[in-house]
This record gives sequence, C-alpha cells and structure tokens, in this order.
Amino acid sequence: MSDKIFKTILFLTASMIPLICGGIVYALVTDAYQAFEYFGFFKFLTSSEWSYTEGNEQYGAMPFITGTLMTTLLALLFCIPFSLPVALFTGEYFKGTKIASILSTIVDLLAGIPSIIYGLWGFFTLRPIIMALNISPQGSSILTASLVLAIMIVPYAASLSAEFIKMVPNDLKESAYSLGSTRAEVVRRVIFPVAGSGIFSSYILAIGRALGETMTVTMLIGNTNAIPDSITSTGNSMASIIANQFGEADGLRLSSLIAIGLILFLITATINMIGKIMIKHSRI
Amino acid sequence: MKQNLFAMIVACLALFAISCGNKSNQNSQLSDELSGAGATFPLPFYNVIFEEYATKHKTVTAYGAIGSGGGIRNLKDGVVDFAASDAFLTDEEIKTMPEVIHIPTCMGAVVLAYNLNGVENLNLSSEVIADIFAGNIRRWNDAKIKELNPQAPLPDVEIIPVYRSDGSGTTFVFTDYLTKVSKEWEAKYGRGKSVNFPIGLAAKGNTGVAGVISNTANTIGYIGSEYAFAQKIPYAGIKNLQGEIILPSTESISKAASGEIPQDTRCSITNSDAKGAYPISCFTWILVYKEQNYSKRDKLQAETTVNLLEYILSSEAQAIAKDVHYAPLPEKLIEQCQNNLKQITYDGVQIKK
Repeated sequence: MSDKIFKTILFLTASMIPLICGGIVYALVTDAYQAFEYFGFFKFLTSSEWSYTEGNEQYGAMPFITGTLMTTLLALLFCIPFSLPVALFTGEYFKGTKIASILSTIVDLLAGIPSIIYGLWGFFTLRPIIMALNISPQGSSILTASLVLAIMIVPYAASLSAEFIKMVPNDLKESAYSLGSTRAEVVRRVIFPVAGSGIFSSYILAIGRALGETMTVTMLIGNTNAIPDSITSTGNSMASIIANQFGEADGLRLSSLIAIGLILFLITATINMIGKIMIKHSRI
Repeated sequence: MKQNLFAMIVACLALFAISCGNKSNQNSQLSDELSGAGATFPLPFYNVIFEEYATKHKTVTAYGAIGSGGGIRNLKDGVVDFAASDAFLTDEEIKTMPEVIHIPTCMGAVVLAYNLNGVENLNLSSEVIADIFAGNIRRWNDAKIKELNPQAPLPDVEIIPVYRSDGSGTTFVFTDYLTKVSKEWEAKYGRGKSVNFPIGLAAKGNTGVAGVISNTANTIGYIGSEYAFAQKIPYAGIKNLQGEIILPSTESISKAASGEIPQDTRCSITNSDAKGAYPISCFTWILVYKEQNYSKRDKLQAETTVNLLEYILSSEAQAIAKDVHYAPLPEKLIEQCQNNLKQITYDGVQIKK
C-alpha cells in the first residue's frame, strides 16, 4: 500500500516538471502570437528594423539573432584553445595526480562565479584594455562580450571533455603504445577519435550556456539595435534586448520581446538536444 | 495641603491641555493611509517627503515606483489615491478618464555628461547637441564645437554618444528637446521613451550611462539631473533661447518654469525662453481625480489626499526637494497650483477652502 502511495507521489512530482516546461512554452507562444501575426513569422525573423515610432512600430529579430550567434560562435572559438588543453591535462597527461585535481577544482570554480562579476571584470578591466589597444574606440563590442563569454564557458567545456577523455578504455591506449605510438600519437589517433563525439557534445552544451547569458553581455556589447558590421562594432543579443526593454514595453513591443524569447528558447533547446543526441551516440 | 493643591492645579492644566489637543486633532483629522503609484524619477524626493508627512500627521503614504504608465493605469482602475507621472496626459488620454487634476510637485532636468581629457568646461548649443546625437558632428574638434569653446583643448578624436538602452522618461525629455530644436531630428527620430539613436552605444539606467561615460574617454551622454547632481558628474553648459550659456542647477532649472504656464500645467518646458533658464528641464506631476468620490473612498481619504498635495506645495517641502537635488517650483506656479487644488471636490463639494 505505502509503496503505491510513494509511487503516486513520485509520479505527481515528476510530472510537474514537464507541466511547468509546457506551461512556459504555452505562455511564450500565446504572448508572442501578436507579434508573429502582425509582422508574419518569417518577416519577424529576417527583418532588421527595430523602430519605436508610434503608429509605425517595426520590430524584427535579425539584429539580435545575429548578435547572439556572433558572440556565441566567437566565444566558442576563443574557448577551445583554453578548454581543450585543460581537458587533456586533467583527463590524460596528469590524470589522477594532485596537480590535476587542483586545476580541475579551479576550473570548476570558474563555473560558480556569478555572471555579474564577469561583467564587472569585463567592464572595468577588459574594456580599457580593448580601448588602449585601439581595437574599438568605445570598448564595448561583440568582441569584448565574446572574450568574457569564452572564459565563462571554459569550465563547462573543459570538465565534461575531461570526463570523456578519462573514459577512453585503457586497452585501446595500451595497444597503441605497444605498437610504438608516442603519447601525442595516442592523443591524436586514439583519444580524439574515440572520445570525439563526447568532446563535441560538451562544446555544444557550452554553447547552450553562452546563448542565454544576459548580464555579462548587456554590460559589454553596447546595446545598439542594428546588425553589427564587424566584430569590433557594438550590437545587441537576444537575451540582453529583453533584459533592457521589458520594463517599459507594452503592446506590440512586449509581444515582440516575448517572441524573441521564444526564438531564443527554441535555439537553446535545439542545441541542447543535439548535444544530448551526440552523447548518446558517442562510441564509449 | 499646599502640595496637594499644587498637584491639583497641574492636573487641571494638563487635562485642559489634553482636551485642547484633542479638539485641534479633531479639526484636522486625517486618514491613516494613502496610496500612490507611478514615476521612478521623483522617487528619492517622494520617499523623503512622505516620511516627513508621516511624522507630522501620522499618515503613512505607500508609494509604488512602478513607472508613469503603471501609475496612470492604477488610477484608471481606481486602486490608488494618486498617480505620479513624468508626462502629462495627452488630450486623447484625458478623454478616456474622468476629469483629472495635474499638480506639479518638483522639477528636474536632463544634463549632458561628458568625459574629455583636459576639458573642464564644455559649452554646447541646441544645434550642436542635435548634430552630435544625429551623427552629423563626428569629431570633438569640429568647427561648430570649437566656436562655442574657443579656450578648450578639444582633441581630434571621434565623439562617442551614449544613450539609454531601456525605455525612460529621461530619454523622452531629452528627445522632446531635440525635436523642438531640430527639424532634422523631428523628421528622422522624433520624441519618445525609446528612440532609435543612429550612432553611439547604449547602457541601462542613469547608473549604466554614467558608468560608461566615466569609464570611456571621448564620450557624451544624457543623464537625469537628480543623479548627476548627487554623483557630481561633470556636465556641459547649454545655450538657451536667450543666447546665454547656462549650467544646470536647481536655480536655473526652476527658472525654466518662470514663464507663462497654462492653467492646468500640462505643458513641456524644454527649450524655455525664460531668462537664465536651463533648456532641458521638466516637471513631474501628481495626478488626482477632480471628483474624489470614486471606488467607495470616504471623504476623509479625499481630504487627506488634498492635504498631502498642499504639503508638497508648501515652502518647507519645496526646500526638501532642493536638498535631494530636485529643483523647487517657482512661487508663481505654486500659487497657480494652490488654485488648481481648489477644483478638487467630494460629491461636488469643494474640499480645500
């Protein structure tokens, strides 16, 4: 009897999560509907105009989709040279040693730092450097935001990749050594092919994290509502336009912001799903 | 015996005093609670003034700084005693509501803060400001800026305008000014709480804009005066319609309202033609219904609301405004507002005598 009750309670609590998730999607879709209906779904996606003129409001998501994708992809690019060596260091070369565990603790610590602190560091330390190097006169740019984002996602990419590298079977590595391979060859020919899809998925999950990052990006990207013409110019991301403007928005503008939220939700969900599928199909 | 007599006299006097006190209390009895909602811009002023009012009259005023739009919505729903707004109701909005009385409570301004190495004083004109924010003047050593600042060592670098990324009354006042002074601005960008500025970068809130300016060389941006005065941020003097270069100060802001103000006070005072006036000044209003009998409010509540408004218009409260970096209303305007208060009624009976 008590077993049955326990089962029911478990079932109820577990079904809450999908219900809440469905509720969020439902709310996003209903509130975004006005914008999609007014502008048309594809026009809303591709229009680069974001104009508040009363009576002729024009809202399009393109500048923000571009801003989000640019910052995320650049962050990924900058993050690889840091996270991959860390993963190899802790997962293969110094596996199980004290120094590896210290390093991985520090990397994990990076994940625990609140994003506003990264934002402050970027604003007061990195921005002046960017200005001093004459990369961009105002300091705030897609590049500045991406650099800080890259540091933020290193722990996600590094610790997960390290796990996959650790899981490569010893038999495989030892048979390679017995054939006379050097360590570098083992890494290149055995570890990467075997753990490859796992490492790839860890980067996908890191992207998922970078996509939705709001505070840091808002502080560093410059918040201009136009498609950025280069990586040193200012822009705006999907998350930061919402954070900036929901306060005074109503009517069509509010609906457009929610529509951007829905698109961001869909992009993030798709990316996470790809990551999950890749993990499932990894060879380990 | 003598002592007893003395005690009795004291007791009598005390009783008399208490009864007197009671009497006067009954004459000016006020409700315990008022509620209002609206603008965030005057919040620091209202916090102090409502606190002061509470210690004087035991009336606690709950104020929700939910934005001007939200305040007006609450008044429409009849859930507050007053709404506070940085913008007066437009003619269309007035038609959708019962008659509303606008009472200005204090004044503020938008200042142009800048960060320019070696430049201590910067003078600007309406034309130059519009050109900078429209992207027509791109460099600090432009001839038009030089003409206004012959002494200043203006560098040959790009100007970086900074504006608000969030919707804001500050942006409204600033773009309202630009719309009045520049035909080009009016045609291309117009006025509003959010406006598409063509160049520069944006930051959230007065704090965000001030932060970017103080940390980025060669920037210029607009900030609410109450914030700029409190934080002592360097700001530019602006040429007004009289041709004088005026620095923003509580005095020069007050002067912007020293000209003709319409009876209902619904007007924008940017680009004021008064002498000594800072040209980007603004009012902030409290809005109350002319007929106070709504949402089953009793007469006491209505009287307390009017009493609070009278207090805000008193010289004591206006002096407090100055302490918290807002500009007081000019004498003439206060008289006008006192008269407007007389229009407020309960069941058609005038409240303020």
